Amino acid sequence: MHRFADLVDQHVEELAALDTVDAGKLFLMGKMMDIPGGANLLRYYAGAADKIHGETLKMARPLHGYTLKEPVGVVGHIVPWNYPTTMFFFKVSPALAAGCTMVVKPAEQTPLSALFYAHLAKEAGIPDGVLNVVPGFGPTAGAAMASHMDVDKISFTGSTEVGRLVMQAAAMSNLKPVSLELGGKSPVIVFDDADVDMAVNLVNMATYMNKGEICVAGTRIYVQEGIYDAFVKKSVELAKKSVVGDPFNPNVHQGPQVDKDQYEKVLKYIDVGKSEGATLLTGGKPCSDKGYYIEPTIFTNVTDDMAIAQEEIFGPVMALMKFKTVEEVIQKANSTRYGLAAGVVTKNIDTMNTVSRSVRSGVVWVNCYFAFDPDAPFGGCKMSGFGKDMGTDALEKYLHTKTVVTPLYNTPWL
Amino acid sequence: MVARRAASSFLSRRGLLLPRPPADSLLRADSARRSLPGAVYRFSTAPAATADEEPIKPPVEVKYTQLLINGNFVDAASGRTFPTVDPRTGEVIARVAEGDAEDIDRAVAAARRAFDEGPWPRMTAYERCRVLLRFADLMERHNDEIAALESWDGGKPLEQSAGGEVPMAARCMRYYAGWADKIHGMVVPADGPHHVQVLREPIGVAGQIIPWNFPLLMFAWKVGPALACGNAVVLKTAEQTPLSALYVASLLHEAGLPDGVLNVVPGFGPTAGAALCSHMGVDKLAFTGSTGTGKIILELAARSNLKPVTLELGGKSPFIVMDDADVDQAVELAHRALFFNQGQCCCAGSRTFVHESVYDEFVEKSKARAQRRVVGDPFKKGVEQGPQIDGQQFKKILGYVKSGVDSGATLVTGGERVGSRGFYIQPTVFADVEDEMKIAQEEIFGPIQSILKFREVGEVVRRANATQYGLAAGVFTRSLDTANAVARALRVGTVWVNCYDVFDAAIPFGGYKMSGVGREKGAYSLGNYLQTKAVVAPLRDPAWL
Repeated sequence: MHRFADLVDQHVEELAALDTVDAGKLFLMGKMMDIPGGANLLRYYAGAADKIHGETLKMARPLHGYTLKEPVGVVGHIVPWNYPTTMFFFKVSPALAAGCTMVVKPAEQTPLSALFYAHLAKEAGIPDGVLNVVPGFGPTAGAAMASHMDVDKISFTGSTEVGRLVMQAAAMSNLKPVSLELGGKSPVIVFDDADVDMAVNLVNMATYMNKGEICVAGTRIYVQEGIYDAFVKKSVELAKKSVVGDPFNPNVHQGPQVDKDQYEKVLKYIDVGKSEGATLLTGGKPCSDKGYYIEPTIFTNVTDDMAIAQEEIFGPVMALMKFKTVEEVIQKANSTRYGLAAGVVTKNIDTMNTVSRSVRSGVVWVNCYFAFDPDAPFGGCKMSGFGKDMGTDALEKYLHTKTVVTPLYNTPWL
Repeated sequence: MVARRAASSFLSRRGLLLPRPPADSLLRADSARRSLPGAVYRFSTAPAATADEEPIKPPVEVKYTQLLINGNFVDAASGRTFPTVDPRTGEVIARVAEGDAEDIDRAVAAARRAFDEGPWPRMTAYERCRVLLRFADLMERHNDEIAALESWDGGKPLEQSAGGEVPMAARCMRYYAGWADKIHGMVVPADGPHHVQVLREPIGVAGQIIPWNFPLLMFAWKVGPALACGNAVVLKTAEQTPLSALYVASLLHEAGLPDGVLNVVPGFGPTAGAALCSHMGVDKLAFTGSTGTGKIILELAARSNLKPVTLELGGKSPFIVMDDADVDQAVELAHRALFFNQGQCCCAGSRTFVHESVYDEFVEKSKARAQRRVVGDPFKKGVEQGPQIDGQQFKKILGYVKSGVDSGATLVTGGERVGSRGFYIQPTVFADVEDEMKIAQEEIFGPIQSILKFREVGEVVRRANATQYGLAAGVFTRSLDTANAVARALRVGTVWVNCYDVFDAAIPFGGYKMSGVGREKGAYSLGNYLQTKAVVAPLRDPAWL
């Protein structure tokens, strides 16, 4: 796995270019962050491979008991198109470390880097058959994998709708355990003791990073009334300054949406927002008639029951809302079916402690956002899914605990 | 020469006085032959002794002989040097700077600065991991040079250092590199509305004192976890074997270790060692060596600043062969358990308890195996046993031979010096050893196997435990239940069942009782180099508790 990571580092430019061409991702980001991040994750799990521990147990009878953590077997990974490299390594690294073998089905929109990684894996010495990559479509290849009687585990990242189908297929076939990392409608809560400029920048990044095509995008922005007006003004200014264009250009902030379907879906949500009565403050239109570029968009006067406040748009669309009290905003933050991420911007230690425990989400980022780390487990709750990627927790998905028990005779202690 | 003749006449007298089993007739025949000149290695059928041939020139140059402080190789403050000796010949390999209290002061100051102000604890754990991984790669690249230094300085067979120990040391570093970014504390439930986080922090400056029997491996076992946890280190090497640590420390710096994070001070125990133990600026002490010295170490730590101490000390580890054991396998493993590394292992299986039903067969086969053991120049291919580390150990071991004979044990084979140069001793086996004999109680640290007879499980467990030591044990049996019961009954830190000396990186190692305090290797070593801090804050209106 270390050799694999070294090879990834050596081919960083080619790999970044593949993801840019396939998914419209910023080339510079790929080169500086995504691809090295993949290698980092490989190394993290390479270092974990020899640290998977069972336990000797404290039995209530004269029995010697211990647990073995065994690799679960053949894993099916279904990888989405928004972060082809990152998602590939999120899944493949812990599964390899756990000793499993796997079949990866990359998204039909972005199969290229996965195939390159498979080639590097072979070069690194990973034996044939351990890491298989099958490009294809969900209803065919994906469904086949989810229903396969010889697949021991499915790990899926994608939309909530498809996640449901995967889980159904798993249940109808061989009851293979499933882990799902699904959509989100993550709130970012900005308290009035926050530094407004810092908060505006944080929120801008939270909503528009990767053209809004991130499961953890912070798209419901709750700003406390004390700083609301200043915040709105500065957010609009910042959104207007954003450079949308060719992702190979290092000066560009935002590339195109991944394909026509996504592009049209985002534009439709913008129309819905307008018809629901929200106020469009900036953006809302395509940037040009070629490609799938959409302006960074901000709505205000959004109410929590609107579609643009409840449903995942997966595009550069921000819903800005005002709140008064902590109790109120906690309730609002929890008022969707999702529970993936949440951001909190405040200097106050009590606010931070209260809100982080009260918000129903898999990760809470305080005074930061997208603070992913190889050692930090990541995954949602409610309809954002279950099961963790990253951290030592991720290994659990690919392990099965077996308990071994035998009687003890003449033992001096129990 | 004189000692040998005295011993041989004594032995022949014994042989003549009492009726003995066949083993002794061989003894008597040989004592007659003993007066012939030129017969150097009488008991062995192995190829002619290489001990008296010209020693092979080690394929390595000694490049580093100074102290390593704050990233620089420097002379000792006093300018003094001491010789490190080739145990094949007693000749000096090189003169090495001799660190004393002032050098320890300088080294600790450098480590303090590196920890309190320098980049090492402040960089991400991932970056520390990369440094350690690069170091492991460099060790592999220079495997043969390092191994040659190790064998030259310490007398262990080159095949052992090149094929075993250097790769194991690199493996150990990689194991700990992988822990660096996975050091977790707990978030624990309070009994009231409080948010509680437990942080595991690097402990600071670790003083480490390592022995001469496995210089490089002991370096890895200590430096690996200490650095992985983000600490700075002052390492005092054994005066008998200062060379390999200096060399690999230079590689660590090449791998990107910042100055002052690892300081290496060669020197002697009563001077440099004591200074390190007593230093008020050292936060933690780790020592591997004899039990006697371990006591001094602990005392000095207590008298100075109560720095926490882990000790890996001596042993008199039992190797128990049950009646259902595979005898051939048991003989081979018991042989290796004792004779490995010239018998110079803290966990050597130095009391071989054999069930009476297989005893005679076991003794015969052990004798044959010992006689087959190839003793000679560690740089020669096929050699299993090199010289003992130095004259002091050499004399001590021969003293134990005499003690064994004097106390009435049966000298089955060996007992004498090999060759006339260096510190080679014949693989020696005593049978009919009794628990009260000195050779059954005291740690010999040499190639002397002691075989004792037992009748039943309860008895052997009691006798195995009847020692102040408690480092390791071997249990040879096919029975699952016996293995489980005996493994739990033995008061030792490691029980090897149907195997011995398995030292994989994740397996914790250490002693009960006077064999030591604390554990090395595995996840268990991390705790030695971390401090635990609880951070508690009140919760207002918690959604859950």
